[in-house]
Amino acid sequence: MAYNLKKECCKPERFVGGHRLCAGCGAGVAVRGVLRAVNDEDKTVCGVATSCLEVSSVLYPFTAWNEGFIHSAFENVAASVAGVEASYKAQKRKGKIKDNYKFVAFGGDGGTYDIGLQSLSGALERGHDMVYVCYDNEAYMNTGLQRSSSTPKFAEVTTAPVGTEVPGKMQHKKDLTEIVVGHGVPYVAQTTFIGNFSDLHEKAHKAHYTPGANFLNILAPCPRGWRYPPEDLMAICKLAVETCVWPLYEVVEGEWKLTYEPKNKLPIEDYLKVQGRFRHMFAKGAEWMVEELQKHVDMKWEKLLKKCK
Amino acid sequence: MAKSIRERLSGNEAVATALKQINPDVIGAYPITPSTEVVHYFAQYVADGQVDTEFVAVESEHSAMSVCIGAAAAGARTGTVTSACGLALMWELLYVASGHRLPMTLNVINRALSGPININNDHSDSMGARDSGWIQLYSENNQEAYDNNFMALRIAEHKDVLLPAMVCQDGFITSHAIENIELLEDADIRKFIGEYKPERHLIDGKPLSVGPYDTVQFYFEHQYQRAQAMIKSKAVVKQIFKEFGDLTGRKYDLIEEYKMEDAERAIVVLNSSAGTAKVVCDQLRAKGEKVGVLKIRLFRPFPAEEIAKALSHVKAVAVMDKADSFSAVGGPVFADVRSACYELANRPLMVNYIYGLGGRDVPVENFFKVYEDLNEVIKNGKTGNIYRHVGVRGV
Repeated sequence: MAYNLKKECCKPERFVGGHRLCAGCGAGVAVRGVLRAVNDEDKTVCGVATSCLEVSSVLYPFTAWNEGFIHSAFENVAASVAGVEASYKAQKRKGKIKDNYKFVAFGGDGGTYDIGLQSLSGALERGHDMVYVCYDNEAYMNTGLQRSSSTPKFAEVTTAPVGTEVPGKMQHKKDLTEIVVGHGVPYVAQTTFIGNFSDLHEKAHKAHYTPGANFLNILAPCPRGWRYPPEDLMAICKLAVETCVWPLYEVVEGEWKLTYEPKNKLPIEDYLKVQGRFRHMFAKGAEWMVEELQKHVDMKWEKLLKKCK
Repeated sequence: MAKSIRERLSGNEAVATALKQINPDVIGAYPITPSTEVVHYFAQYVADGQVDTEFVAVESEHSAMSVCIGAAAAGARTGTVTSACGLALMWELLYVASGHRLPMTLNVINRALSGPININNDHSDSMGARDSGWIQLYSENNQEAYDNNFMALRIAEHKDVLLPAMVCQDGFITSHAIENIELLEDADIRKFIGEYKPERHLIDGKPLSVGPYDTVQFYFEHQYQRAQAMIKSKAVVKQIFKEFGDLTGRKYDLIEEYKMEDAERAIVVLNSSAGTAKVVCDQLRAKGEKVGVLKIRLFRPFPAEEIAKALSHVKAVAVMDKADSFSAVGGPVFADVRSACYELANRPLMVNYIYGLGGRDVPVENFFKVYEDLNEVIKNGKTGNIYRHVGVRGV
């Protein structure tokens, strides 16, 4: 059946409104998008690493999670969900559980690229039947906008501030998706919020229904950290894709496939200038920074195109 | 009484055998000396189809405990085994497991914490975890380690408790020493532990959120409830010890009083060194000296009342600590035992000995010296230095 956003949005929500995420935040959009792709007849248990998503969605005695939910700590969501999945397998074998469940671990980039990388790597290598979703907002937003290894070069964050001597973060963003591909898991994809959400929906569905440990990296902007008006969330995501800063692709059993190719690749300025965290890059004399980032994006894009051929 | 099977097993084999008989739903485990063997044995049981456990061989102890937490929250009977730095790496999650009120068992094969690195026995690992909200049982020998596993599981899963439980035994000293042991038949174990039926869990078909953000309005109340569960657990421990005694004839109590009835001098000790202390006690008793040994089997919850009662008629007490707390005034067992005796009308004179750190051998001479020192304390009518060391050079 063809994808229809309207129809999808009429399904009962597994992650309901009333949570306290900011207006214009990508985290809740990512969760709803990923969970909409679970078939109606299946139940879910979601694990969430300590993050904005966690502290905003389950404040005792309230919860926005209409099914199974577990939070244990910051760096271990992959292992925690692996434990849930192991229990399911054991009990299913013994005939104790009737329902069919899907298991999803959500972590921010702090909980995934950095402190949770070992736990993620372990769960991927062991091949638990689960999906790990990184909602990547490129910094530690929950603790006050600090740098992570996902923060792009020159972005201003509170632990890599712009000063008279140092123009923001001095290292490029880690390519986590490639690291995950290196694990040889069945399905890996990069996506974000574009158009009618079909890209996210289709990738999430494949991730849920391909047996094994699968991974989605979702660019999920943060209005506070990136400094954009809340209503611009979708526009920012589109620019990330059209500039090739965040290419949309999937890797199925090791085969790389581009899922969207911009007709006219936009210059990186278009993406940078709408975000306060890059404002200093547009000061007089800072042109070299924009040039450097453009070169980096071009290089990464060319490499990706080769892999996808 | 249940039929028993005579065997000869090491402490690690005893634990592995107990786990095989429990046949848990999930084991998440990571190797570390001296507990590693348990993981080997268990992996072989899985490979040979002797258990139907989901065995998750994780990439760290942190993930081992995380897997156990996830599994327990999803209704599994679960547990793991570790030592020393492995337990230290689990630290954060020990509090999560007990704070989420998730029953599970953790066998701690006691080993010294780094640094510098040392792979031999002391109690710095589990003593450091004493305030993490876990039940702690200590085992003098392989038999106790084996038996404690079944009782720990029952205690942890009891509806009045719902706290995880640690079973501790001394690394190498008992974990690697082969001794006679009496095993139970699988059918008797199954009957004793029963089927695990948690009230709620993550995959029971209904929505459940485990581990929410606990705000100022509720966190304190939840901590109070955890503390209340620990208080209530003492009666549960007693009841389950009794049930186990009725089944096996092996009668356990929270503490073991060895020749304490008329003792004037007593040594308080836990785990394998209790055996050495008892030998010394016997030899001194043969000479007519009124000495005794008080072995603590249950350290959390702390059996303060029982200990105070057992020591109420004693003139001088030496509390042995195989871990230092670096408070500069004594080890962790000492602090608790001394505090337990505060309300006594006639408080015994009490001193502390740090001993056997990092696998330093604990020969009978250590205990002869301690009993002799207690004579001095009684003679002087005062303790003098309370924070002492035995078996260390340069003191």
